[in-house]
Amino acid sequence: MAGKERAIPAPGVNPETEVFWNAAKEGKFLLRSCDDCGKSHWYPRAVCPHCLSEKTSWHEHKGGGTIYSVSVMARAPEVYAVAYVTLDGGPTMMTNIVDCDFSTLKIGQKVKLVFKPTQGEGAPPFPMFTPA
Amino acid sequence: MTIKGKAYIAGAFEHPTRLAKDKSVAQLHAESAAGALRDAGLTKDDVDGYFCAGDAPGLGPLGMADYMNLKLKHLDSTDVGGCSYISHVSHAAQAIAMGKCKVALITLAGRPRSEGHSGATPRMRGADAPDTQWEFPLGIATVNAYAMVAARHMYEFGTTSEQLAWVKVAASHHAQHNPHAMLRDVVTVEQVVNSPLIATPLHRLDCCVVSDGGGALVVVHPDIAKTLKRPMIKVLGAGESMKGQMGGAVDLTYSAAVRSGPMAFSEAGVKPSDIKYASIYDSFTITVVVQLEDLGFCEKGKGGAFVADGNLISGVGKLPFNTDGGGLCNNHPANRGGITKVIEAVRQARGEAHPAVQVKNADLVLAHGTGGLLGSRHGGATLILERE
Ligand SMILES: [Zn+2]
Repeated sequence: MAGKERAIPAPGVNPETEVFWNAAKEGKFLLRSCDDCGKSHWYPRAVCPHCLSEKTSWHEHKGGGTIYSVSVMARAPEVYAVAYVTLDGGPTMMTNIVDCDFSTLKIGQKVKLVFKPTQGEGAPPFPMFTPA
Repeated sequence: MTIKGKAYIAGAFEHPTRLAKDKSVAQLHAESAAGALRDAGLTKDDVDGYFCAGDAPGLGPLGMADYMNLKLKHLDSTDVGGCSYISHVSHAAQAIAMGKCKVALITLAGRPRSEGHSGATPRMRGADAPDTQWEFPLGIATVNAYAMVAARHMYEFGTTSEQLAWVKVAASHHAQHNPHAMLRDVVTVEQVVNSPLIATPLHRLDCCVVSDGGGALVVVHPDIAKTLKRPMIKVLGAGESMKGQMGGAVDLTYSAAVRSGPMAFSEAGVKPSDIKYASIYDSFTITVVVQLEDLGFCEKGKGGAFVADGNLISGVGKLPFNTDGGGLCNNHPANRGGITKVIEAVRQARGEAHPAVQVKNADLVLAHGTGGLLGSRHGGATLILERE
């Protein structure tokens, strides 16, 4: 297991994204997808980055994925791993891989979603991943 | 419409400082400006166009233009990170071609070394940037963003740490001849791969220096270039672009150079194999490998093999690069390496690089840079210059 965990700053929620973060507080992981072109995207936007349609909506995702790339901050005061994870049937998102032996992480490895608490009273948890 | 032959780089100056505890950022900008104008044989009163980016203190170009008391007809503070100044040369040439100005000054300066800013610390790039809430909490810094590119390059193409190390080795061979370089010791592949891992798979010696400093360029109308005593360094072609996460269709294997490069080569009417010297932004060793592939100096995925065995060392390899020692060994002022890339390219084209690294008859040179984070969203700018 990793050593001391890094304190995670709270995300700066805004009106465009508060549905996502409120769902996260309930343990639900939402993806935004486009009602016009049918594609989902990351990070979530009200306006589709694939076709610029304003008709987008939230859908729950089960949180499975695969590591696309990963880097371990080996000399940080609290070692941590940044990664891109490709969600099952969905987009690739920047995230952290947590609760694991960082030296074993590999591109192509299956991972599953875990919400990690962020700093501050009432702050929403952040979607991160751990080996499946 | 083209900028080909419509403007010349007449002045280029790299501030000699690498640690400026006793100077302000504005002062470093102005000292760099004075140096470049002296180099060109021009004065402040000749300047009618000014270009700077986010490192310039104040609101856009206003703070520094007023500090230097410039009388301007054209201003531009395009900021695409560290390659902004390569774009600025193109924008200056465009403005000159359109008759908007005749003598364009470009400045960069910063004190990240004095102020303790390195690429290992997560930096918020504006609380209201749309990506900030999704990425800043993750501890994304400069080095781990580039490291993810390196990790994917290794996974897809079999690139090795030893191959990446050759980029640093080549830069160090050049830096030994530069009295201003921060790191002048020649290093070996073994030293690079045995240096501490910072963000896997990148080691400390895969990373550029953190230095204070500055630089400036003067881009002029052909009529003015002809009156000056400096070699005529013509702007032959330029291209700029950006690349992001594409809505989640993330692909870390290539950079914005896949667009900026072909535009520059097409405008210049030359091809990669014609280039005698290349300044390639070297924030990290992986940055060089990806950009060389995307610019067409080698096939995609073959960059590791291309840079190995000294191929980037002047007098040794096929493509001499960063003969000042680059960001890896010489200088990375303001954590933005674009202007020093153009400055060394101009030195090479003029035949004024250090004799130990001067490329014979370097009459066609290229400068390319990446700004922002190669691993998330970045700008790319390519510039091709020809000595007349
Ligand atoms: Zn759409």
